[in-house]
Amino acid sequence: MEFKTFVFYLLSSILVLAALRVVTARNPVHAVLYLVLAFFNASGIWLLLSAEFLAITLVMVYVGAVMVLFLFVVMMLDIDFARLREGFWRYLPVGAFVGVLLALEMGLVLAGGFGGKAMPPAGATVSAADAGLFKCASNTCELGRVLYTDYAYAFELAAFVLLIAMVAAVSLTLRRRRTDKYIAPEVQVAARHEDRMTLVKMSVEKEAPSVVETAETGAEKTGGQ
Amino acid sequence: MNFVVPDFFPATAEIFIAVMALVLMLATAFARNIARGLAYALAQFTLLVTAFIILFTLDIGIDRSFGNLFVNDLLGGVLKLVICFAMMIALLYGRAWLAERKLDRPEYYLLALLMTLGMMVLITANHLLTLYLGLEMMSLSLYALVAFDRDSARSTEAGMKYFVLGALASGLLLYGMSMVYGATGALELPAVAQAVTGGTANMKVLLFGLVFLVAGVSFKLGVAPFHMWAPDVYQGAPTPVTLILSSAPKLAAFALAFRLLVGGFSGLVEHWQTMLMLVAAASIVLGNLAALVQHNIKRMLAYSGISHMGFMLLGLLSGVAGGKADVTVAAYSSAMFYAVAYVLMTLAAFGMVVLLSRAGFDAENIEDFKGLNRRNAWFALLMLFVMFSMAGIPFFVGFFAKLAVLKAVIDAGYLWLAVLAVVMSVIGAFYYLRVVKLMYFDEPTETAPIAASAEFQVMLSVNGIAIAVLGLMPGALLGLCRTALQASVIAG
Repeated sequence: MEFKTFVFYLLSSILVLAALRVVTARNPVHAVLYLVLAFFNASGIWLLLSAEFLAITLVMVYVGAVMVLFLFVVMMLDIDFARLREGFWRYLPVGAFVGVLLALEMGLVLAGGFGGKAMPPAGATVSAADAGLFKCASNTCELGRVLYTDYAYAFELAAFVLLIAMVAAVSLTLRRRRTDKYIAPEVQVAARHEDRMTLVKMSVEKEAPSVVETAETGAEKTGGQ
Repeated sequence: MNFVVPDFFPATAEIFIAVMALVLMLATAFARNIARGLAYALAQFTLLVTAFIILFTLDIGIDRSFGNLFVNDLLGGVLKLVICFAMMIALLYGRAWLAERKLDRPEYYLLALLMTLGMMVLITANHLLTLYLGLEMMSLSLYALVAFDRDSARSTEAGMKYFVLGALASGLLLYGMSMVYGATGALELPAVAQAVTGGTANMKVLLFGLVFLVAGVSFKLGVAPFHMWAPDVYQGAPTPVTLILSSAPKLAAFALAFRLLVGGFSGLVEHWQTMLMLVAAASIVLGNLAALVQHNIKRMLAYSGISHMGFMLLGLLSGVAGGKADVTVAAYSSAMFYAVAYVLMTLAAFGMVVLLSRAGFDAENIEDFKGLNRRNAWFALLMLFVMFSMAGIPFFVGFFAKLAVLKAVIDAGYLWLAVLAVVMSVIGAFYYLRVVKLMYFDEPTETAPIAASAEFQVMLSVNGIAIAVLGLMPGALLGLCRTALQASVIAG
């Protein structure tokens, strides 16, 4: 066996085992740590494929940032393990049945010649970049060139997707706290006595439940007296 | 370097709306005290100008740009135009409702604009990557809009449900796309189509991917059995958001289905035809039967939307590849006509729900339409138009939409589907007519006068009259759909 093949099998077997432990670990902190292990091994496999940029990004972004955040959230949350495991045996037969059925179906599809024809090489469509005079030595350069030329449109759109996510998150969660005692000094200085009180004319709203409520509380009050 | 600067002209509308969304964001951040009015005005102005730009960049031919990621054809142009107008109407209807509940924050209009951009990107996608990005832009904005009333538990719950299920559907779609890429080595839709028809691709992998694609598309259309989210989300979302949700995105979903299935998978037509047939039949049956027992009009309209989308799919699946070209075009254009007609009807229907609501009161129940004729005969008549049209009663636009679709189904040789669709439509007519009965033959329980701004009343009237007029003269719109599709189908 070639050394590279050996490394591949080593990395992927650890990856599969780690992934298995992610779902079977009882302690969520352990599960997250196993996920980190799985990511490390995946990045190792990418390194084998000489996709060094993706490998390093995976480690930096997922292990470095996302997983740490995840671990933080898991540790902060007060998870009731007893409640999580509640009803495990009750749901097991149904779950096992569905799982086995799915596995059987997938097996049938796979056995029916899923790997019959060789997959076409992935680079087939990126011919414009291949034909270029500009040859890159590194993976990063290659990716960057395609990203900012052939896929510039998609790149910009992805930026907009992030913008939308940001706007959505801010608009749904940002609120000024009602208990906030802070008053802007310029507002304090510019205060005038006319602004202190306003008389508001209110339209009569139809709110049937609230009317009933006041009637009830009124009745209670009179009853109490 | 062999990089060619792309041709920006066909994408002028997209670029304009993207720039204006950023302008709106900055302008409302700096002009805080007039932000609410400014955001609305800017959004309407942007949509109007975008519509004009689309009109000027309308092209009979097919323009591909940005390294074949983008395609501008007549079909895309027409759909984008309708979407712009639908969004303008939706924003107009929703404005007073939102203002009364202090929900007209600038972000609402910003998200609406970004959502329009997403739909336009989706419609002009020529590549699985742009298709997905456009879909995500549209969906992400919609999730936020559904949960926009963040102090209401129902709105938040609806947003959460929509988000989780929508993310799952996106995952399914993406998984299908990765399978397609594995089988064909291509992400560009014409290249995918070529690989599929060429027979060089691995059929098993391709079919495996296709199943996921159809499931993802079905979710976005909200058709059975992927409809579970629709009633809860429609009911929980603020009514103006339900109005948006039920109108323009349906057209975008039609474009998604068309670009993906017809544009990319015409070689596997017999496979996705069967899948869509089951999906369409299930939605028509389930949508109509479930709508019968609803008391909440938003839920009722959600179920009616499920059955309408099933009808639209009937048109889409009747285009037999390899058959006569004109029959195929007629089938696809019947689906497009149905989608456009449905958008027109649903805008008016939810417009009426918004109209009857006022501060502190939402006309959510069908009972709230009781005796509308006594309160305001004109709006009762408009609602009658909408309900008759949705039920498919002759000489309203909904009738011709159903007729065109049924004709296509029969031409394709699926008589049983046509019979099923007609029977279910007759059953469905009951719940539409129940609203009419309540409006005309019941005593009003509500006496408050119907108040709305002049532009709202005029727009709603125009919308209702359009349903009647297009029903009397459907030729022009049907012709437009046909011309638009002719160019795309023959070229594709």
